Amino acid sequence: MGKHTLSVLVENKPGVLARVAGLFSRRAFNIHSLAVGQTEHPDVSRITVVVDVDEFPLEHVTKQLNKLVNVLKIVELEQERSVQRDLLLVKVRVDARLRTEVLQIVDLFRAKVVDVASDSLIIEAVGAPEKLDALMVALNAYDVREIVQSGTVAIGRGPRSITERGFDRATAHIA
Amino acid sequence: MAQVKAPKPSAPAQNAPSAHTTPVSGGSAQVREEMNGAQSLIRSLEQAGATDIFGLPGGAILPAYDPLMDSTILRHILVRHEQGAGHAAQGYAHATGRPGVCIATSGPGATNLVTPIADANMDSIPLVAITGQVGAAMIGTDAFQEADIVGITQPITKHNMLVTNPDDIPRAVAEAFYIATHGRPGPVLVDIAKSALQERTHFSWPTTIDLPGFNAGAKPHAKTIQEAARLLATARRPVLYVGGGVIRSGASAGLRKLTDLSGAAVVTTLMARGALPDSHPQHLGMPGMHGTVAAVAALQKADLVVALGARFDDRVTGKLESFAPLATIVHADIDPAEIGKNRKVDVPIVGDLKDVFAALVPALKEEHLKHGKPDLEAWWVQLDDWRDTYQLGFTPTEDGHSSPQHVIQRLGEISGPETIFTAGVGQHQMWASQFIKYERPNSWINSGGLGTMGFSVPAAMGAKVGEPDRTVWAIDGDGCFQMTNQELVTCALNEIPIKVAIINNSSLGMVRQWQTLFYNQRYSFTDLNTGHGTRRIPDFVKLAESMGCAGLRCETDADVDATIKRAMEINDQPVVVDFTVSRDAMVWPMVAAGTSNDEIQYAKGIAPKWDRED
Repeated sequence: MGKHTLSVLVENKPGVLARVAGLFSRRAFNIHSLAVGQTEHPDVSRITVVVDVDEFPLEHVTKQLNKLVNVLKIVELEQERSVQRDLLLVKVRVDARLRTEVLQIVDLFRAKVVDVASDSLIIEAVGAPEKLDALMVALNAYDVREIVQSGTVAIGRGPRSITERGFDRATAHIA
Repeated sequence: MAQVKAPKPSAPAQNAPSAHTTPVSGGSAQVREEMNGAQSLIRSLEQAGATDIFGLPGGAILPAYDPLMDSTILRHILVRHEQGAGHAAQGYAHATGRPGVCIATSGPGATNLVTPIADANMDSIPLVAITGQVGAAMIGTDAFQEADIVGITQPITKHNMLVTNPDDIPRAVAEAFYIATHGRPGPVLVDIAKSALQERTHFSWPTTIDLPGFNAGAKPHAKTIQEAARLLATARRPVLYVGGGVIRSGASAGLRKLTDLSGAAVVTTLMARGALPDSHPQHLGMPGMHGTVAAVAALQKADLVVALGARFDDRVTGKLESFAPLATIVHADIDPAEIGKNRKVDVPIVGDLKDVFAALVPALKEEHLKHGKPDLEAWWVQLDDWRDTYQLGFTPTEDGHSSPQHVIQRLGEISGPETIFTAGVGQHQMWASQFIKYERPNSWINSGGLGTMGFSVPAAMGAKVGEPDRTVWAIDGDGCFQMTNQELVTCALNEIPIKVAIINNSSLGMVRQWQTLFYNQRYSFTDLNTGHGTRRIPDFVKLAESMGCAGLRCETDADVDATIKRAMEINDQPVVVDFTVSRDAMVWPMVAAGTSNDEIQYAKGIAPKWDRED
């Protein structure tokens, strides 16, 4: 099994996310993360799926995704040729004694403190999933109260856009 | 954006535009007429080319039934159960090549369509299902007769949509017909809120279809066509493995040309029976679990398998790892997702089979000019040997009752090749695929992928509506018949004179066969008590008569011909013939589920000897 990141451009219509997610779940593929958002085109949404799956079944599910009428284009983004980021928010309980230690970790990981209370901090970190994992290892030495993490969003490196010559033709996305 | 013409009335799928931007269709002037959503729906169905629709009204769809009553274009046939509407629409589509249309209300009406929709999805049948939904404001409140049919049918439709704005109705219907009939055909469901049917709107039929994400099918790639031609010109043991896609594409003529030119052996799957005439000398019959020994053996020994609109289904391949182990695989299909799904493919060709044949035939001629025609004599000596040694056949029954195979064979012979045959699922279906000789496409209609018992009677009804001048025989089992026979009432009242042959072995025969072979003859819940020596509940003859049909019974081989001929003479009402047959007859040959095709048994305990050329 390997982790693959797919960018799926879809029409911005109700139910599309369920159709896409359904194709993975019906084949018992484990979706590692999922993020949906708008794109530079108001009618187009972008779903970033990170999925644990072997190469061959991935090809199969990609072909099936391409058959969904609302799916415009699918691109696999390879780790090295793309920028991949998650957003992490962590609430840590700290007293005056530990606050400095935790703030050092925040600095070390170039994270930010976005909320301060007398006995807690909320830390915001953006980065590749591996970096955030490392941050969590460091923070787990403290009293972590709550974690929330976004799905991975990813974009290909270099000047080309995956939407620039994407969905002006129905045949543009045949696998 | 992909822009194409909206479907024109009764334009066959194949002829419709596959390109992206085409001019506005002439004819229907784009006048915006004011009406309500229900009227807009009926107008849209008329504009989309529908002429016959099968349905049953209820609360949520009720507004649509009011203008439907006045339509001079749409013939609505009131079924007795929505499943019957769905299968009838399938039979209609299968017989005519035009999309079938069914209509039902919300909740249970819609969920009763689930089986036919799933069936159409598996067998790539163009089907448009219209369902009523509760009013837009009530969606999601567990309102009376509410079911999330769009959610329910998501995995079993090619596409589906919910319409809550009446202005969207014409576009939704136009898209539904377009999607159902373009590319690989399939079912599309349009769920329309009752409020949308009641509200005022302006009707205007769309002039273009705007589906940027829809792939209507690519043209086959010249390079892979050439490679396929080269392989066909040089293989020594080639087999064309023909699937239902050839029939859906309307590509039988092209298949015939390729068959004649290549000299290859041809096998036609359950979904492709009739794609090439059974009388063609290169036709070895059906492959798979109950295929002919020659067809199964040909695939196992082939050095080249050219799959044409087939999907390497487990019922054809047997144990996948040992299927056609020596063969290079060429796979041509309109659906790229089929290529390489089950079997690794050496030469993939994506495209409509009509285009594939149109390109492949001249390419093969070129190759023949270069290399000469291949010498297939040794291959045909081998194939003919298998074919002669292991002919399809059956042994007389031991209990003295009729042989079901004999009944079915005589039905085929007496009715002739212009007849349409439908079948349910089970032993009778397999015998009907084996012992009737199909000479033309769309003469054999059955539920292949989903294997839906009860398919036969409503599918025959739909086929007869679509092809009223043909004799339509529903070959059914006693189990299947008891699932959907209520549609005979529909047939009787609407003057749809189908003929039903119940192959009555008083049991769920195929399950019983497996119990005989694999479960120590422990017949757990497969007795139906409808045949010889039982209480015969129900009495099929009386049941038929009570539904306005002629009811006949045939109990012995001696009476088979006369009974069939009598049934053929009755054309003013549906006929049901109760052929009570032996319950011990079994379907042979057989490749047991999960085993290799190499382990095919010609008859119980008899394995063919086929290593003569190894």
